Amino acid sequence: MIAIEQVSKRYAEHVVLGPVSSEVPAGGITALVGPNGAGKSTLLSVIGRLLDPSAGSVRVMGHDVQATKSADLARIVSILRQENRLEARLTVRELVAFGRFPWSGGRLTFGDQQHIDRAIRFLHLEDLADRQLDALSGGQRQRAFVAMVLAQDTEVVLLDEPLASLDPKHAVAMMRELRAAADDLGRTIVIVLHDLNMAAAFADRILALKDGQICVEGTVDEVMQDAVLERVFDTPVRVHRIDDRPFAVFTP
Amino acid sequence: MPDALPPRAPAPRALSDRAPSAPTGTRPALRLAIVWSLALAALVAVLLVDVRGPLELAMPRRATLVGGILVASFAHAVATVIFHTVTSNRILTPSIIGFDSMYTLMQTLTVFVFGGSAIAATDGLPKLLAQTALMVIAATALYTWLLDRSGGGVLTLLLVGVVIGLAFDSVSSFVQRILSPTDYDLLSLELFGRLSSVQPDHLPLALAVCGAVGAVVWMRRRRLDVVLLGRDGATALGVDHRRELIVALICVSVLVAFATALAGPMTFFGFLVATLAYRLAGSHKHAHVLPMAVGLGVLALAGAQLVMRHVFDAAGLVTVIIEVVGGIAFLALLLGRRRPK
Repeated sequence: MIAIEQVSKRYAEHVVLGPVSSEVPAGGITALVGPNGAGKSTLLSVIGRLLDPSAGSVRVMGHDVQATKSADLARIVSILRQENRLEARLTVRELVAFGRFPWSGGRLTFGDQQHIDRAIRFLHLEDLADRQLDALSGGQRQRAFVAMVLAQDTEVVLLDEPLASLDPKHAVAMMRELRAAADDLGRTIVIVLHDLNMAAAFADRILALKDGQICVEGTVDEVMQDAVLERVFDTPVRVHRIDDRPFAVFTP
Repeated sequence: MPDALPPRAPAPRALSDRAPSAPTGTRPALRLAIVWSLALAALVAVLLVDVRGPLELAMPRRATLVGGILVASFAHAVATVIFHTVTSNRILTPSIIGFDSMYTLMQTLTVFVFGGSAIAATDGLPKLLAQTALMVIAATALYTWLLDRSGGGVLTLLLVGVVIGLAFDSVSSFVQRILSPTDYDLLSLELFGRLSSVQPDHLPLALAVCGAVGAVVWMRRRRLDVVLLGRDGATALGVDHRRELIVALICVSVLVAFATALAGPMTFFGFLVATLAYRLAGSHKHAHVLPMAVGLGVLALAGAQLVMRHVFDAAGLVTVIIEVVGGIAFLALLLGRRRPK
């Protein structure tokens, strides 16, 4: 689904990523984890063609993201960055409607309206649909942006730390919704996560980066091991099993 | 083997613009109708109020004034709104980052090199065209160069723009100091907003240019809506942000050059009408915001003209008044933003 080949990114002489190669299979949730500055966001941005790699290439569903027209790519890949500042005043519904731009060029059809309604319902934003974004809490805003990305109706969805600024309740709710998007809507979701246990609980696969290199990748059970995580984070970690699920605890 | 890309939906005509984008109660079309009726009424008043002597004598002069008002309003309003959109800021305006200063510098240098009398002698269409072409080339070269140097960062572009604007101003004022008093007199005639003494023979060209730029902007209005999401947001939706930025900057430089060459520099006018338009349009869409900003601009200039001419008998001060009001609004917005919510 997503083929990453020898991708690297450097600023001047400073290499922030790569070269890395990997393959993300279709369907399910793949979590990108790793310490600060490991290159998670950089890799995600390169896949979503927001950043040009210094070398290497990324293919999504067979399309080279550098060579394919951006407007065409927007119908198979959507990406949401962490910071989403807006000068204009928009309602939730107006924001979600932007997700349909790649399909209808800004002139909404009846089908577009249905996609927008579905995305709003999917993230439980019905009551907020006509509220201005700047009158919402951080978590509600975050959900509105995720709804926009889902309305874009792409096979591949890339999300950069969508849980930042969410409390545990809303973080879990968001992950459940993404889980449902993967399971019920058949999306392939790649998500940068800070919280290792959130990744373990909701993702199918984990890809751990460290110093711009892929340190380890595999299923949740393969990655959630004491030795593996200690190598990724350079910190003593113990993985416990609670209710038959792995939990990483950083030992003081 | 790449999978086939899903096709774009064919764009049906029905349902297109009456999206549920306007929540109940905002009604952008009604708001536009109100502002434009007022603006047109003000224009008619400028044409007809208090005509002394035969109508045939007064009409050409007043028609020119109306033309000047239309060009200045259109140019400043559209330039400021699209500049705000592509730079993701609503504080800095084309004038503040030096599009005006570039014009001032060019005028000053021309007078310095060729002498004031030469300028006065060539006051015609070729000069206007040459000036505009020069502005466009200079602005395009400067801002694409800046954009490449700053790695596409709009913030750097704006900061360097402010500094370059200041540098242009300093060079202008230095050169103005060493001009002869006669040359300086002629120059200051060129530089100050002279809405009341617009050259009638420049108007058709200026209106045509405004129409052409307006058509370009109107065709891109939906893409400009997406650009409101910022560089990453727009790219994610398949809009080439860099191209929109460069096209917009070229349009801005054409508009500012023409408006300045015709009616003199106005720093805060565009800011004033754009800021009001964001509040009053009742929609974020450029299809609503742009006509609203132009309408407000016409209303402001024509209204100020009426009041100054017929109440205070000081028509020359129109742009000064607009600048004072605009400047105060600018300060109010800057200081208002700092206050915590």
